[in-house]
Amino acid sequence: MADHKKDDDKSLPESIFKFAWKFTRRQQIWVLAIVLLSMPTYFFALDIPKRIVNGPIQGRGFPTEESTQVFLKIAFDVPQWMSSSGTLELFSGLTLDRFNSLIALSISFLILVIINGLFKFYINLYKGRLGERMLRRLRFELIDRVLRFPISHFKRVKQSEVASMVKDEVEPVGGFIGDAFVTPVLLGGQALTAMAFIMLQSFWLGLIAGGIVAIQAMLIPRLRRRLIELGRERQLTARKMAGRVGELVDGITAVHVNDTSNYERADFSARLGNIYSIRYELFKRKFFVKFLNNFLAQVTPFVFYLLGGYFALMGQIDIGQLVAVIAAYKDLPGPIKDLINWDQQRLDVQVKYTQVTEQFYSDGMIDAQLQEAVLEPVENLKDGFKLSGLSISDDTGTKLIENINATFSLGERIAVVGGVNSGGETLGDALGRLLPQTLGKIQLDNSDLEDLPEAKTGRRVGFVPSEVSLFFGTFGDNLLYGLKNAPQIKKEYNGDEKAAHKNTIMESRQTGNSTLDINDDWINYQAAGVENYDELVLKIMDILKDVGLSSDVMNFGLRGTVDPTEHADLAAKILAARNSLKSRLHNDKYSAMVELFDPSKYTTQATIAENILFGTSIGDALEGRKFYSNEYLHEVLDAHHLHKPMYEMGIEMAATAIELFADLEPGHPFFEQLSFMSAEEMPDYQIALNRLKGVGFDDVELADKQMFIRLTFDYIEPRHRLGLLDDERRAMLLDARHDFAKGLPSDLKQEIEFYDPETYNGASSVQDNILFGRISYGVAQGEETILGMLRDVLEEHSLYDEVFSVGLNYDVGSSGKRLSSAQRQKLGLARALLKQPDFLIVNRSLAALDYPSLVKILDAVLAGLKNQDANQGLFWVLGHPDLALKFDRVLVLDEGRIVEDGTPQELLEKQGKFAALVN
Amino acid sequence: MVSINEEVELLRRVPLFAQLEPAKLKLLAFTSQRMTFQVGQELCHQGDTGDAAYVIISGEADILIDQNGKEIVVAQVGENAVIGEIAVLCEVPRTATVRASSPLQALKIDKEHFLRMIREFPDMGIEVMRELADRLTTTTAELSQARGQLEAANC
Repeated sequence: MADHKKDDDKSLPESIFKFAWKFTRRQQIWVLAIVLLSMPTYFFALDIPKRIVNGPIQGRGFPTEESTQVFLKIAFDVPQWMSSSGTLELFSGLTLDRFNSLIALSISFLILVIINGLFKFYINLYKGRLGERMLRRLRFELIDRVLRFPISHFKRVKQSEVASMVKDEVEPVGGFIGDAFVTPVLLGGQALTAMAFIMLQSFWLGLIAGGIVAIQAMLIPRLRRRLIELGRERQLTARKMAGRVGELVDGITAVHVNDTSNYERADFSARLGNIYSIRYELFKRKFFVKFLNNFLAQVTPFVFYLLGGYFALMGQIDIGQLVAVIAAYKDLPGPIKDLINWDQQRLDVQVKYTQVTEQFYSDGMIDAQLQEAVLEPVENLKDGFKLSGLSISDDTGTKLIENINATFSLGERIAVVGGVNSGGETLGDALGRLLPQTLGKIQLDNSDLEDLPEAKTGRRVGFVPSEVSLFFGTFGDNLLYGLKNAPQIKKEYNGDEKAAHKNTIMESRQTGNSTLDINDDWINYQAAGVENYDELVLKIMDILKDVGLSSDVMNFGLRGTVDPTEHADLAAKILAARNSLKSRLHNDKYSAMVELFDPSKYTTQATIAENILFGTSIGDALEGRKFYSNEYLHEVLDAHHLHKPMYEMGIEMAATAIELFADLEPGHPFFEQLSFMSAEEMPDYQIALNRLKGVGFDDVELADKQMFIRLTFDYIEPRHRLGLLDDERRAMLLDARHDFAKGLPSDLKQEIEFYDPETYNGASSVQDNILFGRISYGVAQGEETILGMLRDVLEEHSLYDEVFSVGLNYDVGSSGKRLSSAQRQKLGLARALLKQPDFLIVNRSLAALDYPSLVKILDAVLAGLKNQDANQGLFWVLGHPDLALKFDRVLVLDEGRIVEDGTPQELLEKQGKFAALVN
Repeated sequence: MVSINEEVELLRRVPLFAQLEPAKLKLLAFTSQRMTFQVGQELCHQGDTGDAAYVIISGEADILIDQNGKEIVVAQVGENAVIGEIAVLCEVPRTATVRASSPLQALKIDKEHFLRMIREFPDMGIEVMRELADRLTTTTAELSQARGQLEAANC
């Protein structure tokens, strides 16, 4: 956080090197130092092979068998005044004969190789970490910018393009930063060392090697210019495609209702074709450069062998020198090649970096200070809004509202009415800080709205937009979103976790990320006027009742699941409720309405598959139709001689289905009744039936058997009424059920949770757990009666609150798409009410609701305001003008101006616009 | 438990469906729902919009008409009786309340399904028409008879 507070930079550094230098100076210098430190050992590692060949192997310095050499003598030449001999001897060295010298030198070589390797390992690790940290910093920086963009900026950007930039495009940028300074120095150093070594051995050979490197250095960048352009194009086209993919997914309904899927296919085909040709050209050029590179690198050894060999033969250089030169040269192309690769990467990354940073720059970025986390409670509003000379125009310069002068005090209930484009919505958005003011100003509590911290407006002003934004998560998460302004209660870490947490925070600080902990409790209970979560749930129940969402959440709860190990108490209470529902069902009047699951009885209201499984499938292996072909299931069926009767049943079912339905066209509503066979399958069954006519069971092929047996799994006697299940067959199926459970292989044990009257089934819904049976087919008013009874039982066991809490865990899906639009809008209002704002703005927010529900909610909100002592303001932009009669003050807007302003009675008596709108 | 074939036998005894070929009757039976009613439960309520017709399989029901807030039993029906077919054919509210006077089983024929069958199998439409025309003839005959009696009484 500290960094962007200090330098409130409007744009990121324009070059990747500046960016890297700005944030990683110290680390870069450190790793450079290490690189330099590694140079001497690198040089020695090159030198030793020559010494081995010349010394012990060729025998130079060992004229006789007994000759010895001093090894590892450490001495420096120093001025006379320090030592009379002119050398300072630290270690007099070891005296070794020829063989021992060979061993000593070889071992030294090995040690140097190891040291070199360790240096490389450390440097790579350090660079890698540096790069990862910079990637993290860069991404955070981009996200921070997204959070600070002016709202209007989002009209111009596509969300998936932003996502693709933050996620993919900056990835190589971060990776490169670790190499930004180190690699050129390291590789450059290595190349120079190798060059210097070659020069020392043979000046002319060195010159030749140097000359070829110089040609490479000049030629390659020229060839790369086009590569940069292509790289840029590739990035832009790929980003645009990501944007289009996002758009396509969002607007998929438009594609279907307009039959434009082929238009979209053509569009994507064109885009992909474009990307392909760019990439292909890129590859062609890249590989050409590579080819050239390799060629030049191979030309040098050719020269060495030819000329070096000639010199050696002429005796101008010794063979040891030539071997060393060639060994050194072997190491030269490596660094040079890498250096060229690095340069290539640098160009690539610089292009990407510039492309991304340009996109993340916007005029009018929100000052970072206005978004600083405020941990303490924010003071209540005192005055309210004051608008002076406010005008707002859209992008094209059309005036949306013009010269508005007004004050909206706390304690006022203001209704705004007017036609659709009269300016009411614009005014609402302006108060909600969502539109830039063109002229004039808005003040809140005597400060300019633009200069107020978001902590003030975000917490003390409630804003309900016409389209509520919901995030992926639970219903409760979305409802409580408005209370999560700053961490409230620190999470306690113990033991290992504590150290790990400290490390996490340290890393965050290192990379300029937020150091606030997402694992803290962020819910601001005080802001909702409660002390803890339990009270909050009660408060939520009140608010959801006001906005008409209680029964929805209750249904989510009944359809939700509870983990019995995590919530043992709740599971126990639900089991108690199951028993009390059961005792109520003993009454004759109700017993026919539900068939309870009984391990010792066949459940006639359930399918044959359900009867055998007698539980809930958890994983994937036994899900739906997969169960029907499960190998183990068929082993059990076979053991109980069920395949034959089931096959016969299947034949009969198919015959009936074809007799009844063959004349109907597919898609006919009657097929709904035929749950075991789809219209598409019918012709196949018809053919199979004809083929199998008169064929005995034993002669039927396996595939055919399976085809017909599969039908029977969906059979429910009371529903299909084909009279296929007699007591004998039911008893056989019941036995199969028992054996299925008894011999269940261990790999299937995780896939199923069996029905047990005495235990809670964590895989079934709360409702199914209470009911623990099936509502019977065809009992008049069965379902209504039973569900009513179920609710009574919930009340009786004081389970209502808890099932409600389960309902709050309902997953609303991406952007809340699993909720209806009315539910989303109500949730938006509830979210704003929950934080008890001093001023509530409702901007045509409940348009998806029918009129009576809207009136009900409005009345509840107005009554809620009356019940509170606090001085609360309400500003409601209404779609139905007549509802304005319930407010204290009415503003009538027309063509962006306030044309009438007063109490509803005054305005009605005036017989002006308002009166006309109401009538 | 009565199976679908027995339901078909039953439907055949209902004059409205008597002339239909068995396969169509079976389809009608298959796509309709078997319902059980307790004593006191209503099959339909006077004034409601009709969404289904019923054929009583077993048991008995009272037909009641609301007169100035008082319910009067106008008739009793039992096995094979068809209830509510008029409301299914045309958009009129239920003309009477039908309430089970004993435990009752009925085949509930969905309005949509019924109309769909008539549309798809014109023979069935003709049968229904014939049956209704029969009833109209009877009613007309009864009416003129009643009128005659009324006139005779007036003379």
